[in-house]
Amino acid sequence: MTVHSFQEHFDSIIDRESTIEPRDWMPDDYRKTLIRQISQHAHSEIIGMLPEGNWITRAPTLRRKAVLLAKVQDEAGHGLYLYSAAETLGITRDEMYDQLHSGKAKYSSIFNYPTVTWADMGAIGWLVDGAAIMNQVPLCRTSYGPYARAMVRVCKEESFHQRQGFEIMLTLSKGTEIQKKMAQDAFNRWWWPSLMMFGPPDAESPHTAQSMRWRIKRFTNDELRQKFVDVTTEQAKVLGLEVPDKDLKWNEERGHYDFGTINWDEFWNVVKGNGPCNKQRLNARKTAWEDGKWVRDAAMAYAEKRKARNAQAKVA
Amino acid sequence: MTNDKLNKSEWPLWEVFIRSKAGLDHKHAGSLHAADAQMAIENARDVYTRRMEGVSIWVVESKHIQASDPDESGSMYDPANDKIYRHPTFYDLPDEVKYM
Ligand SMILES: [Fe+2]
Ligand SMILES: [Fe+2]
Repeated sequence: MTVHSFQEHFDSIIDRESTIEPRDWMPDDYRKTLIRQISQHAHSEIIGMLPEGNWITRAPTLRRKAVLLAKVQDEAGHGLYLYSAAETLGITRDEMYDQLHSGKAKYSSIFNYPTVTWADMGAIGWLVDGAAIMNQVPLCRTSYGPYARAMVRVCKEESFHQRQGFEIMLTLSKGTEIQKKMAQDAFNRWWWPSLMMFGPPDAESPHTAQSMRWRIKRFTNDELRQKFVDVTTEQAKVLGLEVPDKDLKWNEERGHYDFGTINWDEFWNVVKGNGPCNKQRLNARKTAWEDGKWVRDAAMAYAEKRKARNAQAKVA
Repeated sequence: MTNDKLNKSEWPLWEVFIRSKAGLDHKHAGSLHAADAQMAIENARDVYTRRMEGVSIWVVESKHIQASDPDESGSMYDPANDKIYRHPTFYDLPDEVKYM
């Protein structure tokens, strides 16, 4: 086959809504874009454990502690599914860690915000996992097979994350005045960064068209953001909390909520590394990796020793 | 699945197969890194069966998997297409014949 016919074959698989598998021919840009997208997503799952890990030992009840622990453990699993999917494209796990630790690779900016009260655990589950689900569900039908299969697993596990967060918010908002205020404050802190999770406005996302063509993105940033605002605003009413946006208003004609302007300067500033916790997050990650080196080496040495011992037992 | 950029210190990659309940086949679930088979099974339990998704786990080092070539799938599977007589629906039997 000529390069031209390889490309034609690839295009026809994409058009048929069929899947590309690791050993199929694919354009270099498709491979590169996927490696970037999937590894970034994996890094986000791993770094995303840190803000919540902050509260595991201080959860208010044993039930909340068990739930939070299970959720954070899920996020580790999500990172692993995604790293494995990226590895099928020809990058090693260690290379990806390297890119994360050196700052070359990005992760979702939302995790560079601090978790200052217990209510943040509620707001994160409700809003951050909620936004993530909205982003991820369409990716269960993405064109790259290993990525799509990883996303199916992730999405199955994700729904309890949002529910447990909403339940925390509900309990607080029905509690004492102080508890309700805690919930509202957390809502105020996480609302705008959650809207930023969907990425820059469509007008400033030059790669959207190509990614949609490849089916590695299925809705635009603004479409998903609008859907999130519509759904979450209604959920806030159930909590009796106020969306921290004075411009938020139902638009009868559009059939959607209009909302205020997002502070994109803040967004880009956090992306560039100047958010409240960028350094802390990356340092925690690097320390864990470096301090864990002896464990990885010891496990490998033990495996070699056991292999040698087994080989000897067979000879004897 | 092999890679020359593979870091020397990186644990090998394993493919994980899980039997979801008694009586069913093992099915590919995903992959993970582990120092040896024992650790691969333990990690697979932690990662892939936290919600009772399995009753039995197989692991095999990824480098031992041999896969068919996708570019040859045309010639590989095509010959089966014209052998429809391998399917029961190919045979026309009178309606009076029961239990067949
Ligand atoms: Fe996740
Ligand atoms: Fe989650």
